[in-house]
Amino acid sequence: MNEEFTIDHMIRTVLKDHGRLSQDALAIQPEADLYQAGMTSHASVNVMLALEGAFDVEFPDHMLKRSVFASVVAIREAITQLPGVRVQ
Amino acid sequence: MPAPSVLREDAARAVVGDKRTRVGIDIVQVSRIEESLREFGERFAQRLFTEHELADAGTAPSQRSERLAARFAAKEATLKAFDLCESGIDWREMEVRRLADGRCALHLHGKAASLAATSNEDIALSLSHDGGYAVAIVAAPPSSRIPLSFAV
Repeated sequence: MNEEFTIDHMIRTVLKDHGRLSQDALAIQPEADLYQAGMTSHASVNVMLALEGAFDVEFPDHMLKRSVFASVVAIREAITQLPGVRVQ
Repeated sequence: MPAPSVLREDAARAVVGDKRTRVGIDIVQVSRIEESLREFGERFAQRLFTEHELADAGTAPSQRSERLAARFAAKEATLKAFDLCESGIDWREMEVRRLADGRCALHLHGKAASLAATSNEDIALSLSHDGGYAVAIVAAPPSSRIPLSFAV
Protein backbone atom coordinates (compact mmCIF):
# COMPACT_ATOMS: atom_id res chain seq x y z
CA MET A 1 0.00 0.00 0.00
CA ASN A 2 1.65 3.30 -1.04
CA GLU A 3 1.70 6.43 1.09
CA GLU A 4 -0.60 8.39 -1.22
CA PHE A 5 -3.28 5.70 -0.90
CA THR A 6 -2.87 5.67 2.88
CA ILE A 7 -3.13 9.47 3.11
CA ASP A 8 -6.23 9.51 0.91
CA HIS A 9 -7.85 6.80 3.04
CA MET A 10 -7.14 8.79 6.22
CA ILE A 11 -8.61 11.91 4.59
CA ARG A 12 -11.70 10.01 3.45
CA THR A 13 -12.21 8.58 6.93
CA VAL A 14 -12.12 12.12 8.39
CA LEU A 15 -14.56 13.28 5.70
CA LYS A 16 -16.86 10.36 6.48
CA ASP A 17 -16.92 11.27 10.17
CA HIS A 18 -17.01 15.08 9.92
CA GLY A 19 -17.68 16.27 6.35
CA ARG A 20 -21.45 15.74 6.34
CA LEU A 21 -21.29 14.83 2.67
CA SER A 22 -24.32 13.71 0.72
CA GLN A 23 -22.14 11.05 -0.90
CA ASP A 24 -20.06 8.18 0.44
CA ALA A 25 -16.80 9.83 1.43
CA LEU A 26 -14.92 6.56 1.04
CA ALA A 27 -15.96 6.36 -2.62
CA ILE A 28 -16.04 10.00 -3.74
CA GLN A 29 -13.78 10.93 -6.66
CA PRO A 30 -10.44 12.42 -5.51
CA GLU A 31 -11.05 15.61 -7.53
CA ALA A 32 -14.76 15.94 -6.66
CA ASP A 33 -15.80 19.28 -5.12
CA LEU A 34 -16.58 18.57 -1.47
CA TYR A 35 -18.62 21.76 -1.10
CA GLN A 36 -20.78 20.69 -4.03
CA ALA A 37 -21.10 17.34 -2.25
CA GLY A 38 -22.67 19.06 0.74
CA MET A 39 -19.81 20.11 3.00
CA THR A 40 -20.67 23.37 4.77
CA SER A 41 -18.16 25.95 5.96
CA HIS A 42 -18.73 24.78 9.52
CA ALA A 43 -18.20 21.14 8.52
CA SER A 44 -14.95 22.16 6.82
CA VAL A 45 -13.73 23.54 10.16
CA ASN A 46 -14.49 20.21 11.82
CA VAL A 47 -12.71 18.43 8.97
CA MET A 48 -9.67 20.66 9.46
CA LEU A 49 -9.52 19.99 13.21
CA ALA A 50 -10.00 16.24 12.68
CA LEU A 51 -7.26 16.20 10.02
CA GLU A 52 -4.91 17.94 12.46
CA GLY A 53 -5.60 15.20 14.98
CA ALA A 54 -5.30 12.36 12.48
CA PHE A 55 -2.01 13.56 10.96
CA ASP A 56 -0.62 15.26 14.08
CA VAL A 57 -0.15 18.58 12.28
CA GLU A 58 -1.46 22.13 12.48
CA PHE A 59 -2.68 24.05 9.46
CA PRO A 60 -0.99 27.48 9.40
CA ASP A 61 -3.10 30.57 8.78
CA HIS A 62 -2.07 30.90 5.15
CA MET A 63 -3.66 27.49 4.46
CA LEU A 64 -7.02 28.43 5.96
CA LYS A 65 -8.58 28.82 2.53
CA ARG A 66 -11.75 27.37 1.09
CA SER A 67 -9.80 25.81 -1.80
CA VAL A 68 -7.43 23.88 0.51
CA PHE A 69 -10.37 21.77 1.71
CA ALA A 70 -12.24 21.61 -1.60
CA SER A 71 -11.34 18.03 -2.61
CA VAL A 72 -9.47 14.95 -1.42
CA VAL A 73 -6.60 15.84 -3.77
CA ALA A 74 -6.43 19.44 -2.52
CA ILE A 75 -6.35 18.27 1.11
CA ARG A 76 -3.66 15.69 0.32
CA GLU A 77 -1.50 18.32 -1.40
CA ALA A 78 -1.84 20.63 1.61
CA ILE A 79 -1.08 17.93 4.17
CA THR A 80 2.01 16.70 2.37
CA GLN A 81 3.41 20.26 2.54
CA LEU A 82 3.18 20.30 6.34
CA PRO A 83 6.24 19.38 8.41
CA GLY A 84 6.13 16.30 10.61
CA VAL A 85 3.11 14.63 9.03
CA ARG A 86 2.35 11.33 10.74
CA VAL A 87 0.86 8.70 8.39
CA GLN A 88 -0.49 5.52 9.98
CA MET B 1 -16.49 44.12 -31.90
CA PRO B 2 -17.31 45.78 -28.55
CA ALA B 3 -16.22 43.99 -25.38
CA PRO B 4 -19.03 42.20 -23.54
CA SER B 5 -20.56 44.55 -21.00
CA VAL B 6 -19.60 42.31 -18.08
CA LEU B 7 -15.92 42.61 -19.02
CA ARG B 8 -16.19 46.39 -19.35
CA GLU B 9 -17.79 46.55 -15.88
CA ASP B 10 -15.06 44.39 -14.35
CA ALA B 11 -12.38 46.57 -15.93
CA ALA B 12 -14.09 49.71 -14.66
CA ARG B 13 -14.21 48.34 -11.12
CA ALA B 14 -10.50 47.59 -11.35
CA VAL B 15 -9.83 51.24 -12.05
CA VAL B 16 -12.30 53.09 -9.83
CA GLY B 17 -13.16 50.40 -7.27
CA ASP B 18 -16.41 48.55 -6.79
CA LYS B 19 -19.16 51.03 -5.87
CA ARG B 20 -21.47 48.42 -4.42
CA THR B 21 -22.03 48.02 -0.69
CA ARG B 22 -20.31 44.87 0.52
CA VAL B 23 -22.62 42.38 2.23
CA GLY B 24 -22.17 38.91 3.71
CA ILE B 25 -24.66 36.63 5.46
CA ASP B 26 -24.37 33.26 7.18
CA ILE B 27 -26.60 30.91 9.12
CA VAL B 28 -25.44 28.22 11.55
CA GLN B 29 -27.32 25.45 13.31
CA VAL B 30 -26.59 25.90 17.02
CA SER B 31 -26.55 22.14 17.65
CA ARG B 32 -23.69 21.80 15.15
CA ILE B 33 -21.58 24.19 17.23
CA GLU B 34 -22.46 22.20 20.35
CA GLU B 35 -21.31 19.03 18.57
CA SER B 36 -18.01 20.68 17.61
CA LEU B 37 -17.45 21.79 21.19
CA ARG B 38 -18.14 18.25 22.42
CA GLU B 39 -15.98 16.65 19.73
CA PHE B 40 -13.00 19.00 19.72
CA GLY B 41 -13.39 20.80 23.05
CA GLU B 42 -11.25 23.81 23.74
CA ARG B 43 -9.25 23.27 20.56
CA PHE B 44 -12.35 24.28 18.58
CA ALA B 45 -13.05 27.24 20.87
CA GLN B 46 -9.48 28.50 21.03
CA ARG B 47 -8.93 28.17 17.28
CA LEU B 48 -12.01 30.13 16.29
CA PHE B 49 -12.77 32.59 19.05
CA THR B 50 -10.85 35.34 20.83
CA GLU B 51 -10.57 35.59 24.59
CA HIS B 52 -13.05 38.47 24.48
CA GLU B 53 -15.59 36.40 22.53
CA LEU B 54 -15.24 33.39 24.83
CA ALA B 55 -15.57 35.58 27.91
CA ASP B 56 -18.62 37.31 26.50
CA ALA B 57 -20.29 34.02 25.58
CA GLY B 58 -19.47 32.68 29.04
CA THR B 59 -21.36 35.44 30.85
CA ALA B 60 -24.60 33.62 30.02
CA PRO B 61 -23.82 29.89 30.31
CA SER B 62 -27.32 28.90 29.19
CA GLN B 63 -26.76 30.83 25.94
CA ARG B 64 -23.09 30.02 25.36
CA SER B 65 -23.74 27.82 22.33
CA GLU B 66 -26.13 30.32 20.75
CA ARG B 67 -23.66 33.15 21.23
CA LEU B 68 -20.73 31.19 19.83
CA ALA B 69 -22.88 30.07 16.89
CA ALA B 70 -23.79 33.71 16.17
CA ARG B 71 -20.12 34.68 16.34
CA PHE B 72 -19.15 31.86 14.02
CA ALA B 73 -21.83 33.05 11.58
CA ALA B 74 -20.40 36.58 11.86
CA LYS B 75 -16.94 35.34 10.89
CA GLU B 76 -18.30 33.47 7.88
CA ALA B 77 -20.39 36.50 6.88
CA THR B 78 -17.21 38.60 7.12
CA LEU B 79 -15.31 36.27 4.81
CA LYS B 80 -18.14 36.62 2.28
CA ALA B 81 -18.58 40.37 2.61
CA PHE B 82 -14.90 41.10 2.09
CA ASP B 83 -14.20 38.25 -0.32
CA LEU B 84 -11.60 36.72 2.01
CA CYS B 85 -12.37 33.01 1.52
CA GLU B 86 -9.09 32.51 -0.36
CA SER B 87 -6.97 34.87 1.72
CA GLY B 88 -5.88 32.53 4.53
CA ILE B 89 -7.36 34.43 7.47
CA ASP B 90 -7.14 33.43 11.14
CA TRP B 91 -10.74 33.35 12.43
CA ARG B 92 -9.63 35.28 15.52
CA GLU B 93 -8.75 38.27 13.32
CA MET B 94 -12.52 38.69 12.87
CA GLU B 95 -13.79 39.50 16.34
CA VAL B 96 -17.27 40.25 17.62
CA ARG B 97 -17.19 42.68 20.51
CA ARG B 98 -20.10 43.56 22.74
CA LEU B 99 -20.29 47.30 23.30
CA ALA B 100 -21.23 49.04 26.55
CA ASP B 101 -24.78 49.62 25.28
CA GLY B 102 -25.25 45.90 24.55
CA ARG B 103 -24.86 46.09 20.78
CA CYS B 104 -22.31 43.91 19.04
CA ALA B 105 -19.70 45.28 16.64
CA LEU B 106 -17.19 43.66 14.34
CA HIS B 107 -13.50 44.41 14.85
CA LEU B 108 -11.03 43.23 12.24
CA HIS B 109 -7.37 42.78 13.09
CA GLY B 110 -4.16 41.98 11.25
CA LYS B 111 -4.40 40.60 7.74
CA ALA B 112 -8.21 40.65 7.76
CA ALA B 113 -8.23 44.37 8.57
CA SER B 114 -5.57 45.08 5.97
CA LEU B 115 -7.40 43.27 3.17
CA ALA B 116 -10.83 44.62 4.10
CA ALA B 117 -9.39 48.14 3.86
CA THR B 118 -12.28 49.54 5.87
CA SER B 119 -12.42 51.24 9.24
CA ASN B 120 -14.03 49.04 11.89
CA GLU B 121 -16.38 51.93 12.67
CA ASP B 122 -17.79 51.67 9.12
CA ILE B 123 -18.66 47.97 9.37
CA ALA B 124 -22.25 47.10 10.28
CA LEU B 125 -23.02 43.82 12.04
CA SER B 126 -26.33 42.26 12.98
CA LEU B 127 -26.68 38.99 14.90
CA SER B 128 -29.72 36.94 15.84
CA HIS B 129 -30.53 33.48 17.13
CA ASP B 130 -33.83 31.65 17.50
CA GLY B 131 -35.30 28.23 16.86
CA GLY B 132 -31.95 26.49 16.99
CA TYR B 133 -30.30 28.70 14.38
CA ALA B 134 -28.00 31.70 14.56
CA VAL B 135 -27.58 34.21 11.74
CA ALA B 136 -25.26 37.13 11.07
CA ILE B 137 -25.13 39.87 8.46
CA VAL B 138 -22.08 42.03 7.80
CA ALA B 139 -22.21 45.16 5.62
CA ALA B 140 -19.52 47.65 4.70
CA PRO B 141 -19.04 50.60 2.35
CA PRO B 142 -17.79 49.96 -1.18
CA SER B 143 -14.18 49.01 -1.59
CA SER B 144 -11.67 51.39 -3.11
CA ARG B 145 -9.01 48.69 -3.18
CA ILE B 146 -7.77 47.82 -6.65
CA PRO B 147 -7.65 44.02 -7.15
CA LEU B 148 -4.07 42.74 -7.18
CA SER B 149 -4.62 41.17 -10.59
CA PHE B 150 -5.13 44.66 -12.04
CA ALA B 151 -2.56 46.56 -9.99
CA VAL B 152 0.49 47.88 -11.84
